[in-house]
Amino acid sequence: MQDYTLAELCIVAAAQAWRNDGEVLASGIGLLPRLAASLAKLTLNPALLMTDSECMLVAEPVPVGPRKNGSEPLFEGWMPYARTFDLLWGGRRHAMVGPVQIDRYGQSNISFVGEYARPKSAFLGVRGFPGNTINHANSMFVPNHSTRVFVAAEVDMVGGVGYNAARWPGGRKPAGLDLRIIVTDLAVLDFEGPDHQIRVASLHPGIAFEQVQENTGFPLARPGTIPATVAPTAVELDLIRRVLDPHDLRATVFKGNPPGDRAGRS
Amino acid sequence: MLDKRMTPAEIVGRLEDGMTIGIGGWATRRKPMALVREILRSPLKDLTVVSYGGPDVGLLCAAGKIRRLVFGFVSLDVLPLDAHFRAARQAGAIECTEYDEGMVLLGLRAAGMRLPFLPTRSGLATDVLRVNPSLRTIRSPYEDGEELLAVPAIELDAALLHVTEADQLGNSVILSPDPFFDDLFARAARACYLTCERLLPTDEICSREKARYNPFERSVVTGVAHVPYGAHPTASTPGYGIDVAHLKEYSDATGDAWPGYCAKYVDLADHAAYLAAVGGAARLDAIQAPVF
Repeated sequence: MQDYTLAELCIVAAAQAWRNDGEVLASGIGLLPRLAASLAKLTLNPALLMTDSECMLVAEPVPVGPRKNGSEPLFEGWMPYARTFDLLWGGRRHAMVGPVQIDRYGQSNISFVGEYARPKSAFLGVRGFPGNTINHANSMFVPNHSTRVFVAAEVDMVGGVGYNAARWPGGRKPAGLDLRIIVTDLAVLDFEGPDHQIRVASLHPGIAFEQVQENTGFPLARPGTIPATVAPTAVELDLIRRVLDPHDLRATVFKGNPPGDRAGRS
Repeated sequence: MLDKRMTPAEIVGRLEDGMTIGIGGWATRRKPMALVREILRSPLKDLTVVSYGGPDVGLLCAAGKIRRLVFGFVSLDVLPLDAHFRAARQAGAIECTEYDEGMVLLGLRAAGMRLPFLPTRSGLATDVLRVNPSLRTIRSPYEDGEELLAVPAIELDAALLHVTEADQLGNSVILSPDPFFDDLFARAARACYLTCERLLPTDEICSREKARYNPFERSVVTGVAHVPYGAHPTASTPGYGIDVAHLKEYSDATGDAWPGYCAKYVDLADHAAYLAAVGGAARLDAIQAPVF
């Protein structure tokens, strides 16, 4: 088996999010989610719609980083910002985003930490999280799995809707609410525990359940046996390294660019 | 014949303290920055600003012009966070109406349609309702009976937009690849002011080929100012890209560094002086578009 980095492992794990989605818009926000969506389109689900991260639909994923002068992606349509709302309100989208905080319900925050009127730390604002999470599938990427991100209480500003019935209109689950997976530097989580409790779906090589739980501010569902996150294949590594990220920007995602198997065998 | 030509100073002279001002473009694209700098040079204060926010919001925050901000995000895109917006918000210096981006869209659309609200699911089950206690829900009057969020109309006293080409009648075209929400801002406003890269005779503004780039009718336009490079340091493609180097300098100019930035780029006689300060037209023409 080839050596691979943690970033490469996470790209491959995150690509799985879009496997069974059919013809939806795959929006990977940020470097690693974008590479994951791109890999999904090249391998698991070629039917995915994808943009050039500006306003064009592309028939092939656009590599990240500098490209040859004059090299244009293969365009297949136009997706200006206003149309993105038309599309997402119809539900045919699956985004992967990087929240600042996530709570036990899968509620997410990208707005601020602290109090609304005078936050300790201001980030972007709720952006499209409220509309995204009540209309279409969403997954998340967390590069620093810790109790600062996976908070014990509710997130400071609930921007992304989660499985918290107390907040749902009339106590009924919104039809469009569909949280899928959370890929972190330690594990892949899903919402398949009892009542959508967040569950450890797979552990990255060399990581124990206890380590994931210690770095999470709420109890995680623990299946009887937890598989290891599947290592990248040679084909996947080739696509990531040669086609999608030829300048190795992914080396900047995790501090020190650690190997994928932290037990030291990789 | 109609002649809506104005100078940036004349446009800003029409604005008043306490007004609700919509700013077009998106983050670091096609922001009417020359008008924003003109506002910084004016005594205007207590503005409510509605924006898909970028350095327009940051500059107005840094200068203390904003009382309330209606927004979904503020970002410099290539630099994820705007330092001036962050500083103002963390100091409690601005009041916030924080909405989902789609709610901003619907609020503007409702105003343009002269409706009190438009319904949506976006915002339900989130803290957008907690932090905006005046928001109301409405039940569908049909069999489904679904509870929906009623996004109130966002009525603007003025909209400020930057377009590629315009004529003196207020006809315009946006040749950049994304028109964003400028049409919604234009219709939501009692007065809409444009700056343009090129001011052209009417027979050069619109052809069958260019007609699709005409975002709204001239009847919603109050004034037009000819301001080449008026979106700098944001992009106005196909003319020029985002000036990332300038955005970094702007971003670093917080606290004690702010007066220096102002002296160098804001407190100037006019837009020509600004262009000279940022390196001149030739430099701006040569800026490569950032790769996304």
